[in-house]
Amino acid sequence: MPFKPIQLLITFIITLIFGVAASGIAFATQKVSITYLELIVDRPPLLSNVLPEPEDSGLQGARLGTKDNNAGGRFSGQQYSLIETRSNDLSELIEQAETWYQQGHRLLLANMPGPALKQLARKFNDRDLLIFNTAAADNQLRTSDCFNNLLHTLPSRAMLTDALAQWLVAKKLKRWLLITGPRNEDLAWATSIKRAAKRYNTTVVAEKAWTFNTDLRRTAQAEVPLFTQTDEYDVVVVADELGDFGEYLLYNSWYPRPVVGTQGLTPTAWHRVVEQWGAAQLQRRFDTLAGRWMTAIDYANWAAVRSIGEAVTQLAASDNFSVSNSAAIRQLLLSDHFQLAGFKGRKLSYRPWNGQLRQPIPLIHPRALVSQSPQEGFLHPKTDLDTLGFDRPESHCRLQQAAGASL
Amino acid sequence: MNIRKVFFLLTTCASMMATQAIASIAYISNEKDNTLSLIDLDTLEVIDTVNVGQRPRGIVFNKDFSKLYICASDDDTVQVMDVASHKVINELPSGEDPEQFALHPDNQRLYISNEDDALVTVVNTDNRTVIAQIDVGVEPEGMAVSPDGKIAINTSETTSMLHWIDTETNTLIHNTKVDQRPRHVEFSKDGHQLWASAEIGGTVTVLNVDNKQVIKKLEFKIRGIHPDKIQPVGIKLTRDGRYAFIALGPANHVAVVDAKSYEIIDYLLVGRRVWHMEFSPDEKLLLTTNGISGDISVIDVDNLNVTKSIRVGRYPWGIAIRP
Repeated sequence: MPFKPIQLLITFIITLIFGVAASGIAFATQKVSITYLELIVDRPPLLSNVLPEPEDSGLQGARLGTKDNNAGGRFSGQQYSLIETRSNDLSELIEQAETWYQQGHRLLLANMPGPALKQLARKFNDRDLLIFNTAAADNQLRTSDCFNNLLHTLPSRAMLTDALAQWLVAKKLKRWLLITGPRNEDLAWATSIKRAAKRYNTTVVAEKAWTFNTDLRRTAQAEVPLFTQTDEYDVVVVADELGDFGEYLLYNSWYPRPVVGTQGLTPTAWHRVVEQWGAAQLQRRFDTLAGRWMTAIDYANWAAVRSIGEAVTQLAASDNFSVSNSAAIRQLLLSDHFQLAGFKGRKLSYRPWNGQLRQPIPLIHPRALVSQSPQEGFLHPKTDLDTLGFDRPESHCRLQQAAGASL
Repeated sequence: MNIRKVFFLLTTCASMMATQAIASIAYISNEKDNTLSLIDLDTLEVIDTVNVGQRPRGIVFNKDFSKLYICASDDDTVQVMDVASHKVINELPSGEDPEQFALHPDNQRLYISNEDDALVTVVNTDNRTVIAQIDVGVEPEGMAVSPDGKIAINTSETTSMLHWIDTETNTLIHNTKVDQRPRHVEFSKDGHQLWASAEIGGTVTVLNVDNKQVIKKLEFKIRGIHPDKIQPVGIKLTRDGRYAFIALGPANHVAVVDAKSYEIIDYLLVGRRVWHMEFSPDEKLLLTTNGISGDISVIDVDNLNVTKSIRVGRYPWGIAIRP
């Protein structure tokens, strides 16, 4: 049964005033099922193939989130389960989602690229299935291709490129050489960083498309210096999302300048080197569970499951809340009353206009955290986290407004 | 010249020895140096640095101040230091990754948070055995035992709950959901109130211990500091029930709260990332550990101002003071 806004508001107020007193003994256990869909995508052969991506990236994050939820749920009376399906056939996945929906499951994690996600979201757009985008960074999903029931826990590309651009501006590295790979993702990343260049008034002194098809491991020293001989720049910005050639730009550019972007100094949602703000504990829990490092996709899945957990715990305080009421969960997530501790040094919340999880962006190199954006001095009337990515006026998305949301 | 130098040294040594004999000493754990810094509270200077186990965090004295218990988190143990000799004489079976703990008024039972294992371990410090292990939420941290010894409270950071433990049976009797990432709990001296900080939530919740209901939720506002950076951690209440001091983490301030009206009286600027605090025995001074600036701020409790900062090791974390 959907909540009336006024009921929900009262629930919020009660929750705020009294907190949620929950005694593990007195509660009947509520079962909360979260479904997980992953489209397995074949990775093309890469030049830089030293460190491959883990094959269960995302899934392990969702599992850890479920474990964390259950650790709290046993005291507040919820039991969480994760139902997983992975396939390389999208139609099979969409069929599975339909079956789950018919069975009454209302919460779905989607670990798949943007185009596949769009197909899935379109199919359920007018139904009460709450979908979390945990793997697609596409800017369009935050600006023009809007779906009412789709939230994004992975940062958009624009959030990443804004995070990097703020740091470059803070360091006064304002002349950029942009090198872009041939794939769609690379072009999307390059478009995104060019938006940031415009936003922060920096100069792209030259823009070069990567066209080499030799094995750069042998020729980087010979080829890259010539390739990067352009007007003088302060920094080389590389757009190579899959890691094909970017690694070979470091220390090989014509001018001895730092390399940033998808290689070198990299903005990312999460990385092993993030240890501050209690993150060491999350990293350790993850390592114990999965036996490897936690990726950005793992983090996005973890954050989605934890968001559900926090929302359910808050809502469960009211008598007539049913866990299949995804509308109430969605409404709470998009409201001012939601906060998630995400090991990034401050509370995380969702942008009500496009469902994007606000979050600081770490800037890392493979062995250390260098900085975290937003940088000092980039101001915003509401929250400086909204200097990253698409602020309300920059997005056409207007998700149906939640009660109590004033942002 | 030389004679004067020698004379100066001699007198300094003599005066140091004299003050050492009578002055209170603050022990500060330096999380990233694996040491304790010792500060003389008369001279407010570091008089010694002592090597301890890896990643020392919570520290607490036994009731007669003959022993200091040290959470050596990365050694997965609680070390027992003989205070007279500064030698580690024993280790307690603390469970993995001990972070904070509280000593029961019986001077025997130590309630320890095991951050990685979602457990509270209860250890008998006399015969060094584990009495009980209690399942709590994810990342247990704050620990406190009520003055009458009947209740122990643990906070779990990721589950965001206060877990109420009956110390007779060592079982959970209640759980209270609070704002995100509760870090620290403190009982009022009369035992009727419980103060709990929520680091990411940015609030401090005051509860009535008898009926477990929330009395008040405190929020903080400092001009020029983003609300998200106001992250309460350490709490200290004066014996007379007049003040509560709240350490606000990366906001680099300590809030002074009227503990009766719950009004916030003032914000005192201290070092960077202030987490834990301790009073001098006469409660004239309050010392704060400032992790990022690697120093201790000294607050004059009567005048409510910061009088000094003292450089210690890297990432000072816990603090305990012996009279």
